[in-house]
Formats: sequence, C-alpha cells, structure tokens
Amino acid sequence: MKHLWFHLMPYTELPDDFREHNPSVWVDIHSRLFDPERAHYMYNDFMDEMEFAAEVGFDAVCCNEHHSNGYGLMPSPNLIASSLARRANPDTALCVMGNSLALYNPPTRVAEEFAMIDCISGGRLIAGFPVGSPMDTCYAYGQNPSLLRERYLEAHDLVMRAWTEPDTFAFNGRFNQQRYVNIWPRPVQKPHPPVWVPGGGSVETWRWCAEMDYVYCYLSYFGYKAGLQTMRGFWEEMKRLGKEPNPYRAGFLQFVGVAETEAEAYELYREPAEYFYGRCLHIDPRFAAPPGYTTEATQRAGIQSQVANAAMQNRKALQVSKSAREFDAILDNGYVIIGTPDQVAEKLRHVIHDLRFGQLMLLLQFGNMDKQLANYNTRLYAEQVMPQLQNVWSEWENHWWPTPMSAADRAAPDPIAHRAVAAE
Amino acid sequence: MASPAPAIDYVDVNGEPCRVWRKGTGRPLAFLAGYGGLPKWPAFLDRLAESHEVVAPSIPGYPGGLGHTKLVDHLDWVLAVRDLLNGCGLEGNDTLLAGSGPGASFALEIAALWPHKVDRLALIAPWGLFDEAEPMTDPWAQRLPELPGMLCADPENWNALKAPPDGANSIEWPIEQTRALEASARVFWPLGNSGLEKRLGRVRAPALLLWGAEDRILPRSYGDRIAAKLGGSSRLQTIDGAGHLAELDKPAEVAQAVEAFFA
Repeated sequence: MKHLWFHLMPYTELPDDFREHNPSVWVDIHSRLFDPERAHYMYNDFMDEMEFAAEVGFDAVCCNEHHSNGYGLMPSPNLIASSLARRANPDTALCVMGNSLALYNPPTRVAEEFAMIDCISGGRLIAGFPVGSPMDTCYAYGQNPSLLRERYLEAHDLVMRAWTEPDTFAFNGRFNQQRYVNIWPRPVQKPHPPVWVPGGGSVETWRWCAEMDYVYCYLSYFGYKAGLQTMRGFWEEMKRLGKEPNPYRAGFLQFVGVAETEAEAYELYREPAEYFYGRCLHIDPRFAAPPGYTTEATQRAGIQSQVANAAMQNRKALQVSKSAREFDAILDNGYVIIGTPDQVAEKLRHVIHDLRFGQLMLLLQFGNMDKQLANYNTRLYAEQVMPQLQNVWSEWENHWWPTPMSAADRAAPDPIAHRAVAAE
Repeated sequence: MASPAPAIDYVDVNGEPCRVWRKGTGRPLAFLAGYGGLPKWPAFLDRLAESHEVVAPSIPGYPGGLGHTKLVDHLDWVLAVRDLLNGCGLEGNDTLLAGSGPGASFALEIAALWPHKVDRLALIAPWGLFDEAEPMTDPWAQRLPELPGMLCADPENWNALKAPPDGANSIEWPIEQTRALEASARVFWPLGNSGLEKRLGRVRAPALLLWGAEDRILPRSYGDRIAAKLGGSSRLQTIDGAGHLAELDKPAEVAQAVEAFFA
C-alpha cells in the first residue's frame, strides 16, 4: 500500500460570510480577498507541511494545478515540486498531479519541466496528466471545451515522444506544430516517469488508462461512499478489457483526521472540514458544465445510470449527498474519516478493499487547518495508522512507482552554512 | 388545422449527414439557425414558407446535423457551411440568406468570402465581433434556470423549443440539445473576435440587421458596428418585445421584416 500526502494549498482566510457575499470560490473570486503578504505565510506553512510529511515517512508528497481558485493556490505545481525535489526527504516520491496538458503551449514545456524535476530529484517524479476541470481549463484559461480532449491527447503524444525519442524530430499535429522537438534535459526514469491520470467517472479515461497502462486516480472531495460506484465502474471496465486487477492501477483521494480520542478528533477537525465544504466548495454552478467538456459517451452512461437508479427501489441507499456542509453530515456521507489511529486504520482497510486501490492519497491538511494541527494529524497518521496498513496488497507489485537512482548515486545538497558565515 | 410538416432531406458534409428541412414554394430562402439550433420546425419558418421555399439546413452538430467534431478552425466551419448550402442546391448567385446568432455570423462569412453567391442578407443578432466596452454575455456560463430568460424575452419560448416532444428518445434528446450548444461553442468559444469584423467590408449584398429590443446576450451596439463596416447597404431594425432569439419571441414580426426586405 502506498500513502501519498496531498496538499491542495487552500487560501485559509476566506471570510466567515464568504458564501453570502461571493458567487464562487473559483473563476471569478474577487482579488480583494487575496492578501499577498498573508499568502507569503500560507505558502511557507504549506511547504513546511509537505517537507514534514516527507520527513515522517509518507511514500510521496503530492501537489496539483488550479487556476483562479480560492482553495488551490498552485497555478504551477512544478514550482512547488522543484523546491521539494531539492531538500525534502530524498526517500520520498514527488507526485505532481499534475500538469493539464492542453493548457501548455507548446506542451513540450511539460516534458521539459517534468524532466527537470526528475533530474533534480534523481528520478522520483510521478507525472500526473489531468485533462483539468472545466473551471480551470475552459473558464479560467479560455480553452474550447469541445476541443479540450483532442488537444490533451495530442499534447500527451507530443510529451511522450519528446521524452522517449533520442533524435530531434518534427511534430505535425492538429494543434501543435513544432519543426524541432529536442528537449534538454531528459528524464532520469526510463523510458519515462510513471504516468498517473486523475479523472472523474469518464468511461473514455478508464479505457485510455487501461490502453496506455497508466494509473487512474479518482480525486473526489466527497469521499469513499460517493466514490464506490465510480471505482466499481472502473474495475468492471478493467475486467471487461481483460486487465489484471492489480490494485496499484488505481488511486483514490480521502480526507482524514486522526486524534488521540474520537472526541478530540471531532473537536479538532470540525472547523477545517466545515471551512472546506462550506467555503472552498462554494462554486458557482454556471462554471460546471461547458458544452462539449463531457463526452457524449459519458453523458449517455450518466443518463442511463440515472434511469437505472430511478428504477431501483433502494435508490435512496445508493445516493450520497454532495452538498453537505455541516460536520455531522460531512462525516455521515463519508467525505472525511476521523477517529483514533486504530479506528481510522480499520475504516481505511475496508475502504481500500471495497473500492480496491493501492495508491491512497490523503488530505491531512484541509480547509483552514493550521500548520500545527496539520503536522499533528500527519505525524499520528504516519506513526500509528500507516504501519497498520503497510502490508495491504503486499501480494501485488506496484509497477507504477518511480524508479529513482540509487541513494548512493544521488547528490546530497550542501548544508546551507554560508549565511551564518557571512554574518560573522 | 395543423400546418403540414416540412420535407426532410440529408446533405453530406465531410462525410456526415446534415438534415435539410424544406417547406413552401416561391423563391428559395436559406435559413441558418441560431443558438441551440432547430430541434423543432419553428413558427417563424412556417410563416416565411407562405411566400418562399424555405430551406433550413442543419449546421454540423446542430439538431439533425453531425460532423462538428471533424471541424477545428474557423475556415473548416465556413467551408462546411458553404458545402452545406451548395448541397442544398443553392449554388447560384442569387441566394437569399438569413441567419440568427451563430448562423447569422456564418451567413456574413459566406457573403464576405463569396460575394457573388448572396443576393440579400437578413441577419438576427450575428455573433463573431468583440467589444471590450460591452462584451457579449456568455450563454455557456449561466445557471440553467436563468438561461431561457437570457435567450428569449419570454423564457417559455426557449423552453418550448427544447422540451422533448411526445415520443422523443429520452436519452438521445438531451444529448442532441447539448451537442447543439457544443457545436456553437466549438466555433465561437470563448466569444472573442472571430475575425469576421475585418472581412465585413467584403460583403456586397444589401443586409437587414434585426435586433430584439430585449436582447440580453448581444448589445445592440454590435448591430451598429456591423452596419458601419459592411461593404454593402444595410439597415438595422429593432423588434419590440423580442430577446436575443427574436425569431422565437416574435415569429410573425421577424418573418414580416424578412419578407419585406427580400421582396
């Protein structure tokens, strides 16, 4: 089992009345709410938290890409990953989850920057290739929803060739034409870093991941109950395609809060959870469904499953609300798992088997949680939950994990001592 | 007594079928549909069919038409619309061409690139220009309950166009309506300058510009701007009580204005 520590980097000081006076946390969130000097502290706290997570033994630290977003302050996750590549725990993988390929012009930029991170880190990069949300891609970045997937797939092919072809080549795509493609640097990992694809419940994405032998990650904020149907759909599709049911083919995101007692967990994680689900997920629905973003096959599957669900008598039991904002409802719906280390480990063991995944992505900092609490949660998880789950799926091999240079062959950054010397 | 249904035919565009509706007798008049396309034969065309042979071809991706995913850049689209019109038999040099919104934008492109092809133009709120002082309202970024009231002065006119008729396939009908929105987005997203403005001077055909007085999508100032740049004569007429899809709100008034201009 792999445990990956994921940071969204939420702006932690959205006002209490944010919902009442702002239509959306995303796309058109007002700049008056952003204080760059406060963000200076937030970024530094967040990076401290990621370095701490690496230090206490998480298998990887993860970051991702969002634009014009009050709960995701990483327009460029590569900036964060490159900083971690240098001085964070060298045993920790770096999961950039990821670069929305269609947004880069030319997409060789992604091949270059990921190769840089892979070189700096000595081959520890996991390369995430999301299509990207409608808010990020179509609204904040103005991409055409009807062309987004075509651009994405073409950009993917270009990045792969840029990583793997030894000679300078010409690329003649529909959207990208480059006469001379020859990236320097090249990735350490051969033929290329492992590729993970975060996605919703798109049938095409499942099939494509299977075809390309990539990890599929279901990154929902709504937890294991809402994720069950999607993950079952994924595995049914893998079975239909004749793919080995290796759980490491799949990743899943879960919010978790660990404390010494159940009561303490309830007390500690209530506010950050309500902050996240109340303010951070206050997204104007007008930015949710640009026409063409969802493929017709996925629309068809969605409408058919609604029809099927409506026909089932126990429909209520299958439905999970995606609009809970009060802590009790957040917990009831499974968005966040809280408890003592033993309780959390027990719960996660069930979730991991029910949904079947080997790459567990954990949001242990969420909402307006401060560094002290984030590190407390992180330490308890690493010391008391992770060991209980370490052997899950030990019968399977994780083919999708980075293969870095040996520790002995890697550079050790010099200690930073000159500042003190200069001051003398 | 219900008016008879239009005749249906199909034209191949890039190897994909596009429905063509025809009704009436008289001088042929082609209509390129507005936002949302024509999932149903509208009263506006019925009225025009009293004096003309109305030819309403489906733009690729609009209800009745496929093949939008084969089109990438603006030239692809303009050529597809030209092939569509030619496929309808409108290859001569005397076409009466009408259109609404995205369809009106294509009508202008055709008239600009092949000026001899078009005799007269009737255009309802054409898309394709951009004014920084008054950007067009983004119909693809609206809360669903608010959209009908932005497109039509009376939201029920949009709702009636989009409501599934008896016997419609409950899965395919909504997909077809989304596809129509996708097709227009595929051409015009994110509603910047499509390049039409610099080609307007090439248009020679006299043009009637029609604008709903209650258009909440495209300000009337766009009409003035188009009129000022057209290479031929033009007239801008406001339709009272109509929104962006003026032909849905005021079918008789819009049809009458078009008929009078084409007479």
